[in-house]
Amino acid sequence: MDDIAQGVTQAINLIVTLNPDVMQIAALSLYISLSATLIAALISIPVGGFIHFHEFYGKRALIVVIQTLYSVPTVVVGLVLYLMISRSGPLGFLGLLFTPEGMILGQTILIIPIMMGLVISALSGVDKSISDTLVALGATGFQKILEILKEARYAILSAVVLGFGRAIAEVGVAMMIGGNIRGNTRVLTTAITLETGMGEFGLSIALGIILLTVALIVVVILNLITSGLSHDTQQIPGGPNG
Amino acid sequence: MIRIDKLTKHFGDAEIIQETSLAVRTGEIFTFIGPSGSGKTTLMRLIDLLDRPTSGSIFFDGRDTDGTEQARLTIRRRMGMVFQKPAVLNTTVAKNVAFGLKFRGVPDAESQKKVQAALGLVGLPDVTDRRAVTLSGGEMQRVALARAIVTEPEVLLLDEPTANLDPVSADLIEDLIIRINKKSGTTVIMSTHDMIQGQRLADRIGVIMNGRLVQTGTAGEIFYQPGGRDIARFVGIEAITGGMVLENTGGHAVIKAGDSCFEALTDIRKGQRAALYIRPEEVTLTPADSSQVKTSMRNQLNGRITRILPYGPYVRVTVDCGFLLTALITRRSCSELGLAVGTEVVAGIKATAIHVLADER
Repeated sequence: MDDIAQGVTQAINLIVTLNPDVMQIAALSLYISLSATLIAALISIPVGGFIHFHEFYGKRALIVVIQTLYSVPTVVVGLVLYLMISRSGPLGFLGLLFTPEGMILGQTILIIPIMMGLVISALSGVDKSISDTLVALGATGFQKILEILKEARYAILSAVVLGFGRAIAEVGVAMMIGGNIRGNTRVLTTAITLETGMGEFGLSIALGIILLTVALIVVVILNLITSGLSHDTQQIPGGPNG
Repeated sequence: MIRIDKLTKHFGDAEIIQETSLAVRTGEIFTFIGPSGSGKTTLMRLIDLLDRPTSGSIFFDGRDTDGTEQARLTIRRRMGMVFQKPAVLNTTVAKNVAFGLKFRGVPDAESQKKVQAALGLVGLPDVTDRRAVTLSGGEMQRVALARAIVTEPEVLLLDEPTANLDPVSADLIEDLIIRINKKSGTTVIMSTHDMIQGQRLADRIGVIMNGRLVQTGTAGEIFYQPGGRDIARFVGIEAITGGMVLENTGGHAVIKAGDSCFEALTDIRKGQRAALYIRPEEVTLTPADSSQVKTSMRNQLNGRITRILPYGPYVRVTVDCGFLLTALITRRSCSELGLAVGTEVVAGIKATAIHVLADER
């Protein structure tokens, strides 16, 4: 219990004093995971949309594959990517190993299946009658897809948030691709692993608390953006105006 | 306005619409009536170009609607459709109504004015900023109607617009349909399984049964001269009996059915079999022992009451007079005449109230 209490105190201390080492690690974590989330969303939403709105041979099988990849272990993604981008690998010339950019690539690959799968579910959750209504109102194919994406915005937000959560919380890719190099590729999760190994439990807990705080800020901001998209305020049915 | 030529639609092996041809005139209210599952919705979706037919053509204002998606979109934008179960998008009422205008690139200021006018027309001027999903069923249906008319369509398609509504909301919607039709000259094509509604609203009615358009005509023609046994049953004619034409002088025929002879108007010639259709509300009943038996009636049948069923302010009385005859009379006259199961009665039917068709059997 002492360690936890000590960790909380230390976390507050580190945050309040804006400890430069900790701030650098947190910022790098945020930079890598947000970049990965952004890239994965830019791929998952259109491709997921394409899969949902088109009928093609093997569609169901593809969705099963995507859903299976939800469970891919982070270390497996790390290992495969390591073999690809290491100096002797086929993509070795890119020089991505042990760089933040390599970590972004790894986390992007890691979270694309879960984001894409949940985007497909989110779009499936929009009733067929909505799509018929939009077509009957004279929507072009593109206008229809855009409105359905907006209709599914909260469910798509969940997909993005979950993807971000998986990215910022993972250790496997960060460790194997990044290498936990201080001041260069050390992120919150690899730092926690290291400090715990060295018996610095208080600092580890402090870093864990900081990680959750970062996640909280990101989720709140994403929620605000999504509500802004609809230009209307959430009302509770049965409330004063509902 | 809309001409349908030999249209069919299959879903897998099922033939939902069987070769159907039809012309809907500009400015009329045309109503499809038919039982649930008869293909009304499928036909309406084909007309709105939401689905493509398996074979046959639909002409809009003389133009074949078959073509690229872009060409079909251009035609579809001249129509508006309201579905049986209105779907609203999770945003404000005003934005829901504005979708059609937004898709057509109408500027915001103009759009807002039109939306407000459309919501005023349907009697919902004060809900613009409310979230559409919090509306009641009747309000949602009115929003769906406002959304369809705000683009000033030339053809308005309404699929069972009042099927899920309470009577008050249904009346409101019906009034609106008539007003829109009269005010803007909009051609209205609607579907209903409610014959009474069809009668109230429609200039012409098309009866659909098992994916086939079996009869087209005015309400009077459909209700008093149904084209066949199934249609007769669907429009509420229960007393149907078969007989033989004994003589026919200039369309005034005597038909023998069972032990009784009927006088009726028909062109069916002597010696041929005929089916008799009688609307229950055209049958009068008088107790057999009463002195009030009317002599003006050409057709008098003696029988015994076998069943009395309440039917709103009316009662349906089934009389066994060799065949089963149903009479629809008011509750009040039923009790004033002292009718009960077992009472011997005289049933009277005017010659003009009997509809005769060549026997299909």
